[in-house]
Amino acid sequence: MSSAINVVPERTGEPSSWGLWLRQIGAIFRFDIQKNFLGRRSILIYLLALLPLFPLFVLAIFRPPGNEWRDFNRYPEIYAMLYNGLILRTVVFFGCAWIFMNLFRGEIVDRSLHYYFLSAVRREVLVVGKYFSGLVTSIVLFTGTTVAAMLLLYLPRFTSQSVRYLIEGHGLTQLLSYAGITILACIGYGAFFLVVGLFIRNPIIPALLLYGWEWLNFLLPPLLKKISVIHYLNSLTPVLISEGPFAVVAEPTPAWIAIPSMLGVTLLVLALAAYRIRHMEVRYGSD
Amino acid sequence: MTIPSDQLIIFDNVSKFYGEILGVNRVNLQIAPGITSLVGPNGAGKSTLMNLMTGLLQPTRGSITLLGIPTDQPERLFRKVGYCTQFDSFPRGLTGREFINAYLRVHGLDNKRINELSQVALERVNLVDAADRKVAAYSKGMRQRIRLAQAIAHEPVMLILDEPLNGLDPMVRAETIALFRRLAAEGLHLIISSHILHEVDMMSDRVVLLNNGYIVAEGNIHGVRDEMEEHPMQILIRCDQPAKLAAYVFAQDHVVEARLHDDRGGLFVKTRDADGFYLMLNRAVAAGEVNIESITPVDDDMSAVYQYLIGTSGGSA
Repeated sequence: MSSAINVVPERTGEPSSWGLWLRQIGAIFRFDIQKNFLGRRSILIYLLALLPLFPLFVLAIFRPPGNEWRDFNRYPEIYAMLYNGLILRTVVFFGCAWIFMNLFRGEIVDRSLHYYFLSAVRREVLVVGKYFSGLVTSIVLFTGTTVAAMLLLYLPRFTSQSVRYLIEGHGLTQLLSYAGITILACIGYGAFFLVVGLFIRNPIIPALLLYGWEWLNFLLPPLLKKISVIHYLNSLTPVLISEGPFAVVAEPTPAWIAIPSMLGVTLLVLALAAYRIRHMEVRYGSD
Repeated sequence: MTIPSDQLIIFDNVSKFYGEILGVNRVNLQIAPGITSLVGPNGAGKSTLMNLMTGLLQPTRGSITLLGIPTDQPERLFRKVGYCTQFDSFPRGLTGREFINAYLRVHGLDNKRINELSQVALERVNLVDAADRKVAAYSKGMRQRIRLAQAIAHEPVMLILDEPLNGLDPMVRAETIALFRRLAAEGLHLIISSHILHEVDMMSDRVVLLNNGYIVAEGNIHGVRDEMEEHPMQILIRCDQPAKLAAYVFAQDHVVEARLHDDRGGLFVKTRDADGFYLMLNRAVAAGEVNIESITPVDDDMSAVYQYLIGTSGGSA
């Protein structure tokens, strides 16, 4: 220990340097992504990610009754309904809730958050590292689900037609659009649930409230629709679907407004998370 | 000699309340380099004080600096400070070495340096052989030591240890105390909370006594003891002529009681001025009045100080 004094600062550069922050974000990202993919809590995420694929797999083997399944031109609409109803609103929503809430809440439950707080790292850097780990986890899993679900719907029954549609038609554009929407959803929902996990002891209740708000979005007046994530995501979908006879119709927000708005709100929410964590205490007993 | 503030821990009128419940109140304290022990019964505020000084808790009132660094700047603070908490929990699935390496990586160090530092830390706590086993399979004592290794791995200049001897068997406990002494000898500033008073006595340069969230006393153990005038110091002297010595000591103003030992082979004295008494005794020996076999301060220790100030028996707080 004779060489102890001040060794670390000299070897790691100025504490506020960007290089150091990037290294620290990388270290946090690496540590957390292992937990996200391989931890005990990841089983639920894998099940959620596979949820839309099970029925599609069954449908690929057993031909369902009904004419709509024999008409290739109906498939973009079928996929749009599957994506909107199951993948986006359920899998991505609850998947992000689980992944991002557990970034901090999981560490509080495991009583291991203090190790991060006792490291020479700005707490804001910790938020960024953890957010990126959650983002990469959710994007990999749910974009994978989005793509796999589309391929599993199209390819088994109309293989050559589907390949042509994907390569020569609108298929690839649609696939990339859906993947992009999934990524945006992970960015937006992720930031929201990260903050909820930091502020609220039992984050399930706000998650369910937001879920209800997002589901009832089709009934809301146009102004209120805009206070939701799903409105902006729906505005970006390549195939518009009917929301039913009771839906209040509102103009979709153009992509050039929807995407920057969502990213802007995400940044604001992350700033709130950074503020919160700067003042956060570790008191496991009361958490 | 005035110690510069960048070498001190400074609590400036610090209070911490958990809602209505008092954690610590109006703490004004300066802790200088060396080994300082925080002592007090359960709920006295020891862990609260440690969590406040490491930013895990934030004061309701007042401010704290360690080595001149405010506690709300972990990026600066934990380059110089290591804290081994009482939380016996770990991230899941890691080996001892992975556990240390993971958090060294968070400090921003490169892999080569991380491997060097973790190896040194593991050697210091004698856990090299078990380093590649999962922490979940460790005994309580091993978990305690791996947490200690994690706290010292980045080579801090100040080490804060909350009940670091809990769960250690006597052999490892002695080794760990020896390690603390070595670290202190190397210039580390150690803050230790313990409820084993004789170990506090063995380890500490000074103590901070806490009770019900207030600091009851602070300073060198013997200094604190000396200042307790309502409790005269008790000294047992084994000598060849205790009756003669009794007559001699009774002539001193500061001696409030002198009583022959039951076996007539010694004298039990209570004095308000221990230093004055020892000086008088030296003179008596030099004058050939009496031959001293042994001198034992009966209550010049942490346990007695604790008992007098806090009112419970020593040994365990």
